[in-house]
Amino acid sequence: MNHDAYPDSYIRGILNTVKTIAMVGISPKDNRPSYFAFKYLMERGYRMIPVNPGQAGKTILGQKVYARLSDIPEPVDMVDIFRATEHVPPVVKEAIALQPKPNVIWMQLMVRNDEAAKLAEDAGLKVVMNRCPKIEYGRLSSEISWMGVNSRTLSSKRAQNLGSGVQRMRLGPSENDKP
Amino acid sequence: MADADRIPGFDTLAVHAGAKPDPTTGARATPIYQTTSFVFDDVDHAAALFGLQTFGNIYTRIGNPTCAVLEERVAALEGGTAGLAIASGHAAQVVVMHALMTPGDELVASKKLYGGSINQFNHSYKNFGWNVVWADPDDLASFEKAVTPKTKCIFIESIANPGGIIVDIEAISKIARKAGVPLIVDNTLATPYLCKPIDYGADIIVHSLTKFLGGHGNSIGGLIVDGGTFNWSRDKKYPMLSEPRPEYQGIILHETFGNFAFAIACRVLGLRDLGPALSPFNAFLILTGVETLPLRMQRHCDNTLAVAKWLSKRPEVAWVSYAGLPGDKYHSLAKKYVPKGAGAVLTFGLKGGYDAGVELVSNVRLFSHLANIGDTRSLIIHPASTTHRQLSDAQKIQAGAGPDVVRLSVGIEDKDDIIADLEQGLKAK
Repeated sequence: MNHDAYPDSYIRGILNTVKTIAMVGISPKDNRPSYFAFKYLMERGYRMIPVNPGQAGKTILGQKVYARLSDIPEPVDMVDIFRATEHVPPVVKEAIALQPKPNVIWMQLMVRNDEAAKLAEDAGLKVVMNRCPKIEYGRLSSEISWMGVNSRTLSSKRAQNLGSGVQRMRLGPSENDKP
Repeated sequence: MADADRIPGFDTLAVHAGAKPDPTTGARATPIYQTTSFVFDDVDHAAALFGLQTFGNIYTRIGNPTCAVLEERVAALEGGTAGLAIASGHAAQVVVMHALMTPGDELVASKKLYGGSINQFNHSYKNFGWNVVWADPDDLASFEKAVTPKTKCIFIESIANPGGIIVDIEAISKIARKAGVPLIVDNTLATPYLCKPIDYGADIIVHSLTKFLGGHGNSIGGLIVDGGTFNWSRDKKYPMLSEPRPEYQGIILHETFGNFAFAIACRVLGLRDLGPALSPFNAFLILTGVETLPLRMQRHCDNTLAVAKWLSKRPEVAWVSYAGLPGDKYHSLAKKYVPKGAGAVLTFGLKGGYDAGVELVSNVRLFSHLANIGDTRSLIIHPASTTHRQLSDAQKIQAGAGPDVVRLSVGIEDKDDIIADLEQGLKAK
């Protein structure tokens, strides 16, 4: 995978396949990007699991916090890493060792560790770096267009509402998905 | 699309970018959301919107779905990450500076700018404590010399108004990079059809949509495009982007919004607090104009080159300044930056001086005598007797508005009719 420019189909494929996401490094503070992203993805129907050793045993947004990935008592499809670049490799190694293995390693905006990415890809996992799943979901569902952001998508099909209300959008399997 | 990852061309983006069918009604043309406010889906949604935790509409001063289509459209055409529509080009500049500058800071600006911008920088900005340092685009070293530790940005026009000057964007972007400050380019006269400054290292684009992007002389509007290229957190020089914002519970905009954080800062701090929102109705009119930008702009340029060639052979005309003319001082820069055409604004000098200028603007019948550019209609002005009237003769000459100077904005009418009108205007006594 070329980690400088991901095709939309790659990102859309990941966001449409994964159901359970473990977020490593989530903050309990409601003004931090990790908290925003966790809440946003939870609202869009993902099962979100917080991982933060300092918060272990507490809850964030009603979800029980685990100290490490290996403590999670259920399979995880994607590991979303909210840690500085240098702290990524041990998280990736721990993720690869999980049984069953997750399908995706996602490193947040401004986090990119090519060495760790290679480890994960060699183990058969998909990798996304220096992106935010909340922004990518908003971009590919057209919701981010409310903010004048260049979604880099064109379509003659309507964007789809999430189900409740009119401003929140749902991500379909492809641009041409019928409601 | 057969290939979901296909990258669309410029003309396709001009028609489609940002404008999917309306999600609730299926309306295919972009609806005019003529409303001040938007109901929230629920209480949580409202809280998330106010906290910048989700994307959506609150109040038209901060964002509006019609304006958002225009924002995404122009951002896509410029190759930027996000756009922000503003009530006018002038207000767009203030909103950009508000996000970058604090009292005592400096901006380095090209002295070849639209006269209104020169006024704004010289006088209005003083009240904010923002100090302009002028540099000369014909002398690149002057930009380097103008940079000080207080410099927060460099500001240029891609094609300068009115002199037909093409600015070496790439060279100045290197100076900006070395200084660790963003390069802002006013791309109004070129439009992204002729030149995409982000490709040459610009970080922020500002537009007066009033001109060629809207193109029909019916709406005032402005727009900011975030190039997504500048690292706002590196030197901590831009606290609006790199520091926790007390207005939003301590959110840090750059780490939260990444490569479109500048556009968000302009929206949620500048536009929200200063208030120059674009009317959705104007956004609709301008959007309709943008759809035909590639067709109009090429016709504008073709007509202008024909007019420039014709004028340069006239006995009444002393000189013509148009970078599209071979032999013009800026022709080689034009070939690099605006190969499809050097825009539709040109100036020329009349041997008969001030009186000949006054006579020509009085005699024309197709050209409209007014102080705008970038209309489908051909426009003419004699700056010495109008826009620059209050300046001394020496100041007029320095501003490129000497007594003999006439400025044209060439429209998209038949070029033979445009030339015939100038011919009768020059001959009539």
